[in-house]
Amino acid sequence: MIQIVQQLLFVAAIGLTGYLVTKRARFIYRNIKLGKDLEIKGDSNKRFANMFRLAFGQQKMFDRPVVGLMHFAVYAGFLLINIEVLEIVIDGLTGQHRIFAAVIPSGIYHFLASFFEIMALLVTVSCFIFLIRRNALRIPRFHMAEMKGWPYRDANIILYAEIILMTMLFSMNAADAVLQTMGNSHYPAIGTFAISQFLVPIFSGLSETTLVAIERSAWWVHIIGIFAFSVYITYSKHLHIFLAFPNTYFAKMEPKGEMTNMDSVTNEVKIMLGMPVETTDTGDSDEMPTFGAKDVQDLTWRNVMNAYSCTECGRCTSQCPANITGKKLSPRKVMMDVRDRAEEIGKNIDSNGGTFQDDGKSLYGDFITKEELMACTSCNACTEACPINIDPLGIILDMRRYVAMEESSTPQEWNMVFNNIENNQAPWAFSASDRFKWGEELRTQEIKKTVTEKENA
Amino acid sequence: MADTNFLKVPTMAEMVEQGKHPEVLFWVGCAGSYDDRYKRVITAFVKILNEVNVNFAVLGPEESCTGDPARRAGNEFLFQMQAMQNIEVLNAYEIKKIVTACPHCFNTIKNEYPALGGNYEVMHHSQFLQSLINEGRLSVAGGEAFKGKKVTFHDSCYLGRANDVYEAPRSVLEALDADLVEMKRCKTNGLCCGAGGAQMFKEPEKGNKDINIERTEEAIGTGAEVVAVGCPFCMTMIGDGIKNKEKEKDVQVMDIAELVATSKGL
Repeated sequence: MIQIVQQLLFVAAIGLTGYLVTKRARFIYRNIKLGKDLEIKGDSNKRFANMFRLAFGQQKMFDRPVVGLMHFAVYAGFLLINIEVLEIVIDGLTGQHRIFAAVIPSGIYHFLASFFEIMALLVTVSCFIFLIRRNALRIPRFHMAEMKGWPYRDANIILYAEIILMTMLFSMNAADAVLQTMGNSHYPAIGTFAISQFLVPIFSGLSETTLVAIERSAWWVHIIGIFAFSVYITYSKHLHIFLAFPNTYFAKMEPKGEMTNMDSVTNEVKIMLGMPVETTDTGDSDEMPTFGAKDVQDLTWRNVMNAYSCTECGRCTSQCPANITGKKLSPRKVMMDVRDRAEEIGKNIDSNGGTFQDDGKSLYGDFITKEELMACTSCNACTEACPINIDPLGIILDMRRYVAMEESSTPQEWNMVFNNIENNQAPWAFSASDRFKWGEELRTQEIKKTVTEKENA
Repeated sequence: MADTNFLKVPTMAEMVEQGKHPEVLFWVGCAGSYDDRYKRVITAFVKILNEVNVNFAVLGPEESCTGDPARRAGNEFLFQMQAMQNIEVLNAYEIKKIVTACPHCFNTIKNEYPALGGNYEVMHHSQFLQSLINEGRLSVAGGEAFKGKKVTFHDSCYLGRANDVYEAPRSVLEALDADLVEMKRCKTNGLCCGAGGAQMFKEPEKGNKDINIERTEEAIGTGAEVVAVGCPFCMTMIGDGIKNKEKEKDVQVMDIAELVATSKGL
């Protein structure tokens, strides 16, 4: 009877988790699609290679080797322990404890279970060190203005949760090992495991009923924790564990220095210059395009996906020359702002029956200020630093396009540059007719023709 | 035969008039055309081209700003106007290969002109110098000017990260037998001089330090006597930084081309 109740509860828990995760995933997918369409260019083999190297192999994380190793341990632990989670899920649904022990040779099962425990220990140790790094060591990038409140808690919550989940795994296995020695038919004899064997003495004096209660409780906390975790990460910066893969696959493959061409401008410029225009006009000229980006809808879906993939690690910001010298710009904040605004727009759409109702706000102005945008040197340090190829620079430059072309509010010095380029063909106020003076002067300089002499000799 | 001759700086118009076509077009850029300090860099490069008999030409009065600062400042209209007019001139002269000493011109012509119909093989002058050395056309061995001198190279963002050119300028410096020392932030981790993205042309936003000062302090910290650069903006910014630190007597800012020209006594 208890068994049936447990199974029903489990089905309810897994169903609820599935429902919440799916709902949230659809919300995020729709929000990403708020961004404009984007033609994905470049060889798909190279894209796969990129994904394999950066997301699966985490190559850039090893730019800082010690942290890279710990991060890799947590990641590998996460991937591998899922095999054990699968067994737990089958247990929950069918009531069949340790089903894999019945289907694979016990030696291999024992080895695998021990191996997972070693991974779990590495995860635990890494999480402890990460907690110390975040909270005790004052690493500046973890304590900047944009890291107050939720972003700060988010990082810690995950680390605490992982430690609790792993502790439950050890407790469950240790209690299980003691139950095995009592000949409880529900607990097949496999023996103790690599790490939890050290917890066995704590449990060995307890009664069988208590042990079953401990084992089941740890089991439930572990699996419910994992379910809760699955829902939680869809709200958290830890979404990167999934989005890192598409994010690296779809990442910009063009040279970093290349800015995207605005085709909508090309036609107009051609008309201005009296050049022939290819009339690929599809007739949907009912609306004037916005030049540059003011809000999330003006960005591309890749920009928004970047924002949902961002882990807020701040490596971009710690390399940003503007930020290093105390300016307001922080590429990480730009990504966090895009995500926050996309969430806000998404909620607005959902509460207004599927259409966005103007809320008088926009990404530019309410989230990202002109001062931040103007401080960027477009040096690409942020894009180089990102372990998963997020491109804050593309967003910054698109918003500058809005400032220049829609708002016409670029700094006065830049307006002078624009005038000079238009009138003098140079950003400085020199006369275009003096452009070749340097060459004409040089032509009067005598040189020794040593090379020619040698050749003639 | 006369012992002396005059420096050749032919323009494309003159070349065409004589029915000739150059091996390479030298794109000078605005800084090279107007900035007094940077004119010396252009002069050094022209002297090298003359020295090794490279068949080159410049656009001269027909050259115009590539539009890079306009585009980075957000003015796409102005950028495209500039780009299309430049492309029209370049295509009319059937230009195939371009060399430039400015990483911003290099990046724009190489990466951004193709979308507007301008397709050329574009080289930064450090790459061109490297190829001249590799082909044996330019020999820098035996030049004593920089032998054993501590030189540090400041990576330009638009050459390095933007286009992955890290080795060419270094291999030219190595050919000079200089003692190349690296700053802590170099290559992919290089620190911007503070002038890219049209920052060259306006006051920086409020902060606690200017970027060029931060970078100059790092360069001086290496103990180098020469900070080698490959970009007119970097040259101005680091040069200003050195003046700010009153280190003009101890530290020189020199372009790759100037180092080569000086070592050859040009």
